[in-house]
Amino acid sequence: MEQGTLRLKTGLAEMLKGGVIMDVTTPEQAKIAEAAGACAVMALERVPADIRAAGGVARMADPTIVKKIMDTVSIPVMAKARIGHFVEARILEAMGVDYIDESEVLTPADDKYHIDKRDFTVPFVCGCRNLGEALRRIAEGAAMIRTKGEPGTGNVVEAVRHCRQVMDEIRQLCALPDAEVPNFAKEAGAPLEICLAVRKEGRLPVVNFAAGGIATPADAAMMMHLGCDGVFVGSGIFKSGDPAKRAKAIVQAVTNYKDYALLAEISRDLGEAMVGIDISSIPAGERMQERGW
Amino acid sequence: MARRVGVLALQGAFREHMAALSRLGVTACEVRQLKDMNGIDAMIIPGGESTTIGKLLNEGGILAPLRARIETGMPVYGSCAGLILLCKEIEQSDQPRIGVLNATVRRNAFGRQVDSFETDLDMPVLGPTPMPAVFIRAPVITRVGDDVTILAKVNGLAVAVRQGNILATSFHPELTPDTRIHEFFLTFLA
Repeated sequence: MEQGTLRLKTGLAEMLKGGVIMDVTTPEQAKIAEAAGACAVMALERVPADIRAAGGVARMADPTIVKKIMDTVSIPVMAKARIGHFVEARILEAMGVDYIDESEVLTPADDKYHIDKRDFTVPFVCGCRNLGEALRRIAEGAAMIRTKGEPGTGNVVEAVRHCRQVMDEIRQLCALPDAEVPNFAKEAGAPLEICLAVRKEGRLPVVNFAAGGIATPADAAMMMHLGCDGVFVGSGIFKSGDPAKRAKAIVQAVTNYKDYALLAEISRDLGEAMVGIDISSIPAGERMQERGW
Repeated sequence: MARRVGVLALQGAFREHMAALSRLGVTACEVRQLKDMNGIDAMIIPGGESTTIGKLLNEGGILAPLRARIETGMPVYGSCAGLILLCKEIEQSDQPRIGVLNATVRRNAFGRQVDSFETDLDMPVLGPTPMPAVFIRAPVITRVGDDVTILAKVNGLAVAVRQGNILATSFHPELTPDTRIHEFFLTFLA
């Protein structure tokens, strides 16, 4: 019997495909998310919009909050550790969290290295803005990838940019003659063997979700059309007027992303969406997507 | 006669089941809505999140028609979440289910993700070679009816069962290159 294998780590992400992972900060919110059909929840002390508003250093959530949420729902529970903070990650692993998000939403703890995720039994998901970043994270042991987008903004434009960038680079990589692949790997800052794996499969070797700014069923459906395997919704649900209804609608939208008549139906009367932020109004130093190396 | 197998694609590892069927040269189609069930001869319900898939089955109006098709003999195979959805009884849960398999299931029976495991499973119905089995937050069957045959066990607990046209496993053959479970299931179509 083997545990903590790459197949078990990537396998759980495969089970999450076509689903919605929702940020929650209380057991009550976790219940709402589960009842709405979330395939997993992300247990947090504050949603990204509030982290952004609060400023200062954002750290791993208090284990009490994470534990309460784990005790409340039967679906997988994820939690965030700071970039490079392998001890926060060990703590979350010891608690039995199902997936760790090494996340730019929190303040990075290491300005050079990400966590060596291969050494853990618990699987990790990491954010990316381009293929090189995605493949570096996979080389470090990430078993699932998501776009970074720009968290806590309710503005989907950065998630779209990052998704299109990754997909575009995959197409380029697959079209190259063999002789040019090593140089592509060098330019992208990505390990050659993982570039070769991408060429073989025509896609990332792990599941890729959208994240960072998804606020509506239409946003979620658009990310599915762009080739994502599922979506994370952070602030978009519990910063909106009717979280239960919006959560359920986004779950429906991800499954039925090609059925526009149904999307029209489920997009009706959802109440106020979260207030969005124009990306250009965020000072460069405060953009969470710039975090990570 | 050409056989057409539907793979329930509401959420979860449907892509892997589609790939396994394709490797066996079987025509497969994704089932997301009720209309997609037209013309299928068998159905696979993949792993995923059973509460999510159950709700989507219910809201999409697929649950009752699918149950009726299975009850009138359509072969169905459920892995992990699919097994949970097929069972009549789910311990400590009132979640929506298809409920055609005369058995009781315990969700997350081995623990959380850090307790997930891979093992080689003795499964005589597939021959003498053990089946590589991937258990991810897997359920086990804690009670079976008289009409249910246990095909494999882990620590004395049933992890693969058959009841007539219904096949269910706690583990995920679709995550391994071994297609024997799928081949075994396809014999139900003969």
